[in-house]
Amino acid sequence: MAASTHGPVLFRRSFKVVGSDFLNAGSVSKDIKKALKQLNVDAEVIWRALIVSYEAEMNAVLYAHECDITLEISHSGIHLVFDDRGPGIPDIALAMTEGFSTATREMRERGFGAGLGLPNIKKTSDSLEVTSTVGKGTRLDIHILFPQAQSKAA
Amino acid sequence: MRVRDLVTELGLEVIHEGDHMDDPVEGGYVGDLLSDVIASGRRNDVWLTIQSHENIIAVASLKDLAAIVLAKSTTPHDETILHAQREGVTLLRSNLTSYQLVARLAALGVSGDR
Ligand SMILES: Nc1ncnc2c1ncn2[C@@H]1O[C@H](COP(=O)(O)OP(=O)(O)OP(=O)(O)O)[C@@H](O)[C@H]1O
Ligand SMILES: [Mg+2]
Repeated sequence: MAASTHGPVLFRRSFKVVGSDFLNAGSVSKDIKKALKQLNVDAEVIWRALIVSYEAEMNAVLYAHECDITLEISHSGIHLVFDDRGPGIPDIALAMTEGFSTATREMRERGFGAGLGLPNIKKTSDSLEVTSTVGKGTRLDIHILFPQAQSKAA
Repeated sequence: MRVRDLVTELGLEVIHEGDHMDDPVEGGYVGDLLSDVIASGRRNDVWLTIQSHENIIAVASLKDLAAIVLAKSTTPHDETILHAQREGVTLLRSNLTSYQLVARLAALGVSGDR
């Protein structure tokens, strides 16, 4: 069983991303950074949370119509959910492969489309669960544990 | 070495001063793929790129990079400058290639060692 956060939620916030809105792209991750800093979260954990949230946020901007995001913090760590309405992912294992991308030429010109986003989320988090229905949408459920919670779990 | 010293030493063009001119430059990273830079860029790195779209600004801001240096006289889009202003990101430019810039940075003692 993959590691997950537990215990009472001390902080919860919701955000929304609109698909193809490149001008505001990254602003949810910026808000998440601000919140984590205000809560004095460990710098290394913020660093990991930002990689994860940026990649997930940009996938929502690039591929989805809209996406609901929730950030929850407990004593054990950070729980992030990205729940979008969009085309869905037909083959999740393939999408998780480094280098696989369906990014268009325009997206690649903008510096996206390395096919590294989902693999980066997987590597940087303590657990990632992807569920998707083609034609409906995609949901990422992500946990990042605080260092002391991690050593307890180990 | 502060960002402002780098500007002088390398003769960089300041497109937008931003909030980081007095930040210490502690390292550097080269890349044009945003997923690569978001994963591997470090706080107070100088980022060398030929990527001109506005999305570079959010990456630099989120990662607390010291500055972006557009290599090879890359022209930023208007939106990129606007975003730099909005986010306080320091945006610089050089006619040198990323490789040439790395060589000069190394000579100035800015290594990529982590
Ligand atoms: N929310 C989503 N909805 C639909 N498809 C998605 C979604 N997220 C990812 N995908 C699909 O999975 C592929 C791989 O995603 P991943 O983030 O790993 O790479 P990328 O976005 O193509 O490139 P990069 O993230 O390196 O810029 C995408 O090209 C896309 O086809
Ligand atoms: Mg991606």
